[in-house]
Amino acid sequence: MTFINYATREINCKIVYYGPGLGGKTTNLQFIYNKTAPEAKGKMISLATEADRTLFFDFLPLDLGSIRGFTTRFHLYTVPGQVFYDASRKLILKGVDGVVFVADSQEERMEANIESIRNLEDNLREHGFDLATVPYALQFNKRDLPSVAPVEEMYRILNFKREPTFEAVATTGIGVFDTLKAVAKQILVELRKK
Amino acid sequence: MPSAELVLYEEEFQRLDSALKKLRQEANARAIFLIDRTGQQIAAAGEVDQFDTTSLASLTAGNVAATDGLAKLIGEREFSVLFHEGQRDHIHISIVAKRAILLVIFDERSSLGLVRLRVKRSNQEMEQIFEDMKQKVEKVSGPAQAAASPFAEITDEDIDALFSE
Repeated sequence: MTFINYATREINCKIVYYGPGLGGKTTNLQFIYNKTAPEAKGKMISLATEADRTLFFDFLPLDLGSIRGFTTRFHLYTVPGQVFYDASRKLILKGVDGVVFVADSQEERMEANIESIRNLEDNLREHGFDLATVPYALQFNKRDLPSVAPVEEMYRILNFKREPTFEAVATTGIGVFDTLKAVAKQILVELRKK
Repeated sequence: MPSAELVLYEEEFQRLDSALKKLRQEANARAIFLIDRTGQQIAAAGEVDQFDTTSLASLTAGNVAATDGLAKLIGEREFSVLFHEGQRDHIHISIVAKRAILLVIFDERSSLGLVRLRVKRSNQEMEQIFEDMKQKVEKVSGPAQAAASPFAEITDEDIDALFSE
């Protein structure tokens, strides 16, 4: 849910990074955090287990500068990817403005990707959203690993509505900002329509 | 789309701001934050500079969302009040007008009883402000008014400029 504050002249939007466990959602946020100027970002919060698995969410507030005199702020969240944290995933989608799906490119994770997209659809529906209309970008992460599935095949299986799709290596930052930009743009275009 | 966006105009912002200031004084609290259920800060009063307000808002919303989930699991609609007791500082969290969260941070200069009482009393006033906000947005969001929105004129160049660095 976009929050427009005329008093402080701010627009706040919420972007959620979704995807199967160990797919690189947190790594996306970490890269964005590391590459953003200190004045443009807040503290990154990670609610993780001792083994660094996301337990509830990661959170990164990002200030992208101003548009028509309004400071544009994006709140980036990740969900816990592991299957059994579904109740937490649902909560984080509340009031979402845009979704990034981080798919794991490894052949053996394709089933997990498919299952996670279905889960995303279901959970969005519970909040009254439809994946077909919500601002959305798809990322094929871990392209640097040896056992990756061909991009065309992944596109055929995972692309939902011809959403912008990016190859990425989140650990080195390849494709990370392109994915974020793609979804942020769609959110701002939606704002124009309203 | 479900929940329309939250739009806050100057007038309601000022009213919320003074309601929070009044509550802070009456409850003798260190700081008070009004937060949207999705984790965005709406207004604040008191020793605001002492805290990382953005993180506070996001974690509070996460906390409330998780507690809501717990309530539903045991067949409750919601837990309308949460209280966290620390050694020095304590946090009182409550739901206002169904859509916002009121976070009160207080120490030994106040007490849970006083905070509860004052929060309850200020609830009605804030509910009224939220109701007025809602009505204003409904009035303004007609098609004739859409052109007046500053975002109706956002160009592709404006959007690209945000990402130019």
